[in-house]
Amino acid sequence: MRAVCWHGANDVRVETVPDPKILNPRDAILKITATTICGSDLHIYDGYIPSMQPGDIIGHEFLGEVVDVGQEVRTLKRGDRVVTSSIIGCGQCYFCKHQEWSLCDNSNPNGWMQEPLFGHGTAGIFGYSHLFGGYAGAQAEYVRVPFADYGCVKVPDGLSDEQALPVSDAFPTGYMGADLCNIKPGDVIAVWGAGPVGQFAMRSAYLLGAERVIAIDRIPERLAMAKNNSKAEIINYEEVDAGEALKEMTGGRGPDACIDAVGLEAHGTGLMGFYDEAKQAVRLETDRPHVLRQMIVACRKGGTLSIMGVYAGFIDKMPIGAAFNKGLKINMGQMYGQKYMPRLLEHVVNGDVDSSDVFTHQMPLTEAKQAYEMFKHKRDNCIKVLLRP
Amino acid sequence: METESNKITSSTDAQQAGVSDTEKWASIIGGGAMVLAGLQQRSLRGILTAIAGGGLAYHGATTDKSLTDKVGDAVGVHKAIKVEKTVTINRSAEELYNYWHDFERLPTFMKHLQSVTVQDARRSHWVATAPLGQTVEWDADIINDLPNHLIAWASLEGADVDNSGFVRFQPAPGNRGTEVKVVLEYNVPGGTLAAAAAKLFGEEPEQQIGDELNRFKQLMEAGEIATTDGQPRG
Repeated sequence: MRAVCWHGANDVRVETVPDPKILNPRDAILKITATTICGSDLHIYDGYIPSMQPGDIIGHEFLGEVVDVGQEVRTLKRGDRVVTSSIIGCGQCYFCKHQEWSLCDNSNPNGWMQEPLFGHGTAGIFGYSHLFGGYAGAQAEYVRVPFADYGCVKVPDGLSDEQALPVSDAFPTGYMGADLCNIKPGDVIAVWGAGPVGQFAMRSAYLLGAERVIAIDRIPERLAMAKNNSKAEIINYEEVDAGEALKEMTGGRGPDACIDAVGLEAHGTGLMGFYDEAKQAVRLETDRPHVLRQMIVACRKGGTLSIMGVYAGFIDKMPIGAAFNKGLKINMGQMYGQKYMPRLLEHVVNGDVDSSDVFTHQMPLTEAKQAYEMFKHKRDNCIKVLLRP
Repeated sequence: METESNKITSSTDAQQAGVSDTEKWASIIGGGAMVLAGLQQRSLRGILTAIAGGGLAYHGATTDKSLTDKVGDAVGVHKAIKVEKTVTINRSAEELYNYWHDFERLPTFMKHLQSVTVQDARRSHWVATAPLGQTVEWDADIINDLPNHLIAWASLEGADVDNSGFVRFQPAPGNRGTEVKVVLEYNVPGGTLAAAAAKLFGEEPEQQIGDELNRFKQLMEAGEIATTDGQPRG
């Protein structure tokens, strides 16, 4: 089959590799009909995710048709059209039983690699480095899905690939970002990052009862989508001081909750932005925490920070004193796909949310290299690319 | 059953008091009465053999040391490798004890074990892989067996790798299943085979044992051991 293989920073190649096969009794094999490049794939593309090995197949957001199942698979059969959570969960451990799927004890064969870094192992993720299990990813014609009964959800009849695909990763990530804000009627929610996850966080905040949503970004077409499609008020942080603007827009209180939909490659401005880029460039700091710093200062006293953008290692100069003295609550984590996917598909079926408009481009999988370059540099107003194997 | 719960209490007390490993293990395995016997011998094997009682041919206790052993002790050549690792498994102690007690199934999740052959209720023969295509073998006896709670074993004289250990199953608080603790001790004598055996568990024995316990957990909770062996790559 053809698959997108990582060979180093800014080096992905479409190669011919063997087809995947059933390795464990709870596996399924999917023929992928649509897959995408996630913003977090850019962290891999840019070389910021440790424990990648040349030749690793990447990609974790996908949809397809079941073509083979292991002997212990109970709910799926050949021919089923399913969308799959990017996070792999065994369904049996303490964490899966508590719907905290990305904390699964049993889906990451390399959990021991995480222990020195994180203290404990966390769930496996498709195509997201050996630290997260080393599973072959889904920017490919076929993919093996472990614990398929839990990870795969049947796509309701009538939904297009474009509508169902974000339910694999971007939509539940944004939705969990809003869910972690514990939104109450009247709340004002600020969302940093107006990429696909940010757009879904904005829409989810409204679904969960927010009164106002404010988007912070610097890319004009993303801010336009936030305003027109996600019904958010917008701040371009390159034109105004985002912290001051937020204060002015919220009667001096600050937003009730702040969602980070950016993560470890945040773009800062001024001296602090330069400091982070320089340190990260020489690997003295793995993650650039610009958004986190700004959220802590902007958030109202006693408010909530919800971190969904990916962080991998260490950060510097966190204003912990501000967070502590303002009594902020900080919630975060890789998303719990299996928990949220069924209700999100329902929202899409009911027309509560348009999940397909984030796809600005469609390309064949064979042009993945060009797609990565376009997405990374946000050329041609690219917000999200759908790849067809 | 009452004596068992007493033992669990005494082990908790010992841990809280912050006492030495030897003392802690002694109380875990044997309960209060055995602590003194274990302390006199200052090793896990000593504790285990003390519990099993005298007259058994478990090489490696304090008596009958050869001259080379004594020299080795003096210069610290064959320091025992001790490993202690605990994992919580969301299954009952009974289920976990029963699976583990069937030693012939252990290679399913212990990668370095080639085979275990059970000879009778007490004795078994173990074959493990070593670097450079070598294997190491030993006979072991169960020397303490408390149903649903603890299994302790020690290798017999003539073992390629002198080893002893125990696995303990203790209910976890809050209905979270069972805390499974493994304690192992290896005494590696001199010689080339021993050099290979010393690497049996690689440079980080604790990590290796932890990995094996994680695989045991995966097997018992999820029904299969997570793997990527055999998947495609570029």
